[in-house]
Amino acid sequence: MEDAGGEGGATSSPEINTKEQDKGSAGLIILFFIVGLFASIILGWIIFPKLLYSKKKQPIDFNHVLHMAEVEDGCESCHFFREDGTYSGVPKLDQCIDCHEDILGDSPDEIKFFEEYVSKGREVPWLVYSRQPDCVFFSHVAHVKVAGMDCVTCHGHIGESESLKIYEENRVTGYSRDIWGKSIAGFKKNTWDRMKMDDCAECHRKTTANIERTGVKTPTKRLIDHLVDLVSPGTSMSEKGSSVQTERGACFVCHK
Amino acid sequence: MKIGRRSFLSFLLGGAAGTALSPLPWKLMDDSSIWTQMWPWTPVPEDGEASYVNSSCTLCPGGCGITVRKIDDRAVKIEGMKGHPINNGGLCILGLSGLQLLYGPTRVQTPLKRVGKRGQGRWEKISWKDAVSEVAETLGDLREKGQSHTVGFISGSDRGTVPRLFERFLTVYGSPNLIRTPSIIDSYELALHLMQGAQALPGFDFENANFILSFGSGIVDGWGSPVRMFRANSVWRDTGVKVIQIEPRLSNTAAKSDKWIPINPGTEAALALGIAHVIISESLYNYNFIDNYSSGFGDWKRFVLDKYGPDSVATITGIDSTTIIALALSFARASKPLAICGRGQGTTPGSLNECTAVHALNALVGNINKHGGIFAVAEPDYINWPEVEMDAKAAAGMQKDRLDDAGSKKYPFSRYLLNRLPEAINSGKKYPLETLFVAGANPLYTMSDSKTVKKAFDKVPFIVSFSSYMDETAYNADLILPNHNYLERYEDIPTPAGMPKPVIGLSRPVVEPQFNTKHTGDVIILIAKALGGSIGDSFAWDSYDACLKETLGYKWQVMIEKGFWSYPDFVTQPREESFDTVSGKFEFARKETGFMKQFKPVRIEGDKTNYPLLLIPYDSIRLANDVIGDPPFVIKTVDDTVLKGTDVFIELNPKTAGEQGLSEGQIAMLSTPVGKTKVKVHLYDGIMPGIVALPRGLGHTAYDEYLAGKGINFNELIGPVEDPVSGLDAAWGIRVKLAKA
Repeated sequence: MEDAGGEGGATSSPEINTKEQDKGSAGLIILFFIVGLFASIILGWIIFPKLLYSKKKQPIDFNHVLHMAEVEDGCESCHFFREDGTYSGVPKLDQCIDCHEDILGDSPDEIKFFEEYVSKGREVPWLVYSRQPDCVFFSHVAHVKVAGMDCVTCHGHIGESESLKIYEENRVTGYSRDIWGKSIAGFKKNTWDRMKMDDCAECHRKTTANIERTGVKTPTKRLIDHLVDLVSPGTSMSEKGSSVQTERGACFVCHK
Repeated sequence: MKIGRRSFLSFLLGGAAGTALSPLPWKLMDDSSIWTQMWPWTPVPEDGEASYVNSSCTLCPGGCGITVRKIDDRAVKIEGMKGHPINNGGLCILGLSGLQLLYGPTRVQTPLKRVGKRGQGRWEKISWKDAVSEVAETLGDLREKGQSHTVGFISGSDRGTVPRLFERFLTVYGSPNLIRTPSIIDSYELALHLMQGAQALPGFDFENANFILSFGSGIVDGWGSPVRMFRANSVWRDTGVKVIQIEPRLSNTAAKSDKWIPINPGTEAALALGIAHVIISESLYNYNFIDNYSSGFGDWKRFVLDKYGPDSVATITGIDSTTIIALALSFARASKPLAICGRGQGTTPGSLNECTAVHALNALVGNINKHGGIFAVAEPDYINWPEVEMDAKAAAGMQKDRLDDAGSKKYPFSRYLLNRLPEAINSGKKYPLETLFVAGANPLYTMSDSKTVKKAFDKVPFIVSFSSYMDETAYNADLILPNHNYLERYEDIPTPAGMPKPVIGLSRPVVEPQFNTKHTGDVIILIAKALGGSIGDSFAWDSYDACLKETLGYKWQVMIEKGFWSYPDFVTQPREESFDTVSGKFEFARKETGFMKQFKPVRIEGDKTNYPLLLIPYDSIRLANDVIGDPPFVIKTVDDTVLKGTDVFIELNPKTAGEQGLSEGQIAMLSTPVGKTKVKVHLYDGIMPGIVALPRGLGHTAYDEYLAGKGINFNELIGPVEDPVSGLDAAWGIRVKLAKA
């Protein structure tokens, strides 16, 4: 490029002008570089997240605090385990009707809930902040009942909220912003700030026992191990996987 | 200030660097990988509460119990019901795929009235109220004119409350023309009637027999109650029960048997009589049974000894005489031998000659109504409705002859002769058919000589289909009154043929009706009420469900909990009381049937000079060939030596192919006296030379894109051949010629 520029200058202008022009254009070039740099940084860090997520209001503004005061078993009063160990997740209308057969109180949300959903027998289309892609296999019972984890560890203090926050839906994937986390850079302070696979791995890697048992790896480590495995099966420095046949970490432990 | 190319490039570089330092590319990369998992056509299983509903499968007459797994309100998996007397946890490929019929694109979603020409596929949605009143009006007019007998009803069954409602309706309305679709059961019913005086179904004690002689019955290809047969076959493998399969083609059943004996097609009766000859001449028959409980043995014995010596049978059947003798000896010497017939899945009646000859073999070894043998199982008498009161018009209509001549002087023993209906309509000799109802049947696909059947249907001014699916008959009807799918309705499932003990299954709603459909039982009740008078009075029930509940009485609660009723106290009758014939004994050959007339072999269509080869159909568990067509999952399992793309393969012995100058994969023109078609050639050592085999269950024109237009419907190539005694369709094949196309 230098050559091309010099050549262009030599053929078209006197020497002195070329030098001055070069000085001016060098400044300009740096300026444009900086403008480009900052523009894209602003775009990437500030504008992009605003464009990526659409903001949606929940159909009913649910008050967890109010409900927690009324129930006996804490979160599990509504978000319970079924007899077969499966997890009920967000309550269905039938559960709500157990108490909300009639209008309870006079809050506008209660009236809306009763008129729009209870009396019409329609399910409330709740927007679920923690919904994961279908390929993710997650067992609540293994974490809550077997490992004795608290709801808060992954879901945060939602049980102490008086109102539901805005649901930010990723326009590309259709999932909630809570999966990637509020911070676009992926930084987190609390265990519940993100729900990506690395966050699962983070906890699972805390003890050696866990790694040996589940073979959970971060995506990067998994990729490297997988390549090593492919080239020379069984010699990977990684721990033996959970598949008896292949001795590799079986993807379907966590993925469908 | 001049912004040059360099400045612009610098701007881009800065932009690239900044972008790399921002989360944008990394986040988008991650999002796009998740996006690829979110395409709308990616199936995502429902998430919710799992529950199970016990019901019965009615996709074939097998009567299996099913347990349907649901997630919330959606049925997600059909499994065999554990502990069910028929299938005990097993299920066939069609039963497993039933959800595709429930949720698939082939459902008729609302009552439809034809707008364009018949078969054009142009429909108008109408309300149930209008549909019912249109039918009632048409029927009312006919009855007014004294033409109630011109109404016909083709039903897939004549047992259970729904078919009995059809029968009741026709009786009180005044038409004798209820016709059941044919199968091997017709022949067995007739054989039991003629030889034992029983009005009953055959019940085979397969689980306790120890030598199975199968005259072409596809034991693992869908014969009888298919899952029960799979299980029996597995038990036989484990316990060393001998299975001998006699048929011209190495079917799956033949391949799994202990011995496959290829036979000239259509000569099975001669082989049975040849085996009888050896058993009699070697004095290996059951003296106690023959002397004490049979009649006419002397005449029959002379007939068999005269005409069916091993050498002459060897010439007829193509099986050498030593094999015939060895077969007869091992059959007679087994402690619990059992002979069965009904080719393939038993969807055709076959000749009475064949069925009675095979049944006579069972009598010879004395295994009638005996442990490990064959039972005459009478229908449990659980439907006790008040007698209908016929008015004068109904009585007059019921006096008229049936269109199909069943029960007439010509065919006094038969109850239904659907194969004779097209000819009766086309010739117009008796009286025209003005209205035709079709329920649980798809005659335009399943009846042989499709062209003639279509022509006959074209002559019927008003055709009403009760099909849940857009099958061939529904497509060519004037009005479709769609029934609920079998997973959306209550219905009793009477004992399937072949079971040695009676059992009533209960089909019950697994999910709410998905569309604007109505139970056919309810529609019949509504039509009857709309017609009023004595007809309406005979249908006093508020709904079909109320009728069923009332009919089943105390059984209802048990059936709701267990899914079936199995008659725990059922005892088979002792042999002496079992024969209700004139002699009170087992009749080898009755005077009324012209003695040995019933053993006359059946000639098939076509002459040998023009059509040098023989075409036979074959059945596979992967090809549903009755009223239900293959759902997408099932058609996917069909081998590509059977169907490739839309091309069907014929099976041809390499020797015959060589003579015809045909090779593997080549296209050939196949013609029979009834029709012709292009086929591909598959060379197969498992088919006898001189024979061409074509699968049944393909060549649909209706249903969905996964099934329609694939292969050829065998019924387009073959016509019915009337059995001289029963009048049933006795055709087992047709003569055929092949030419390079």
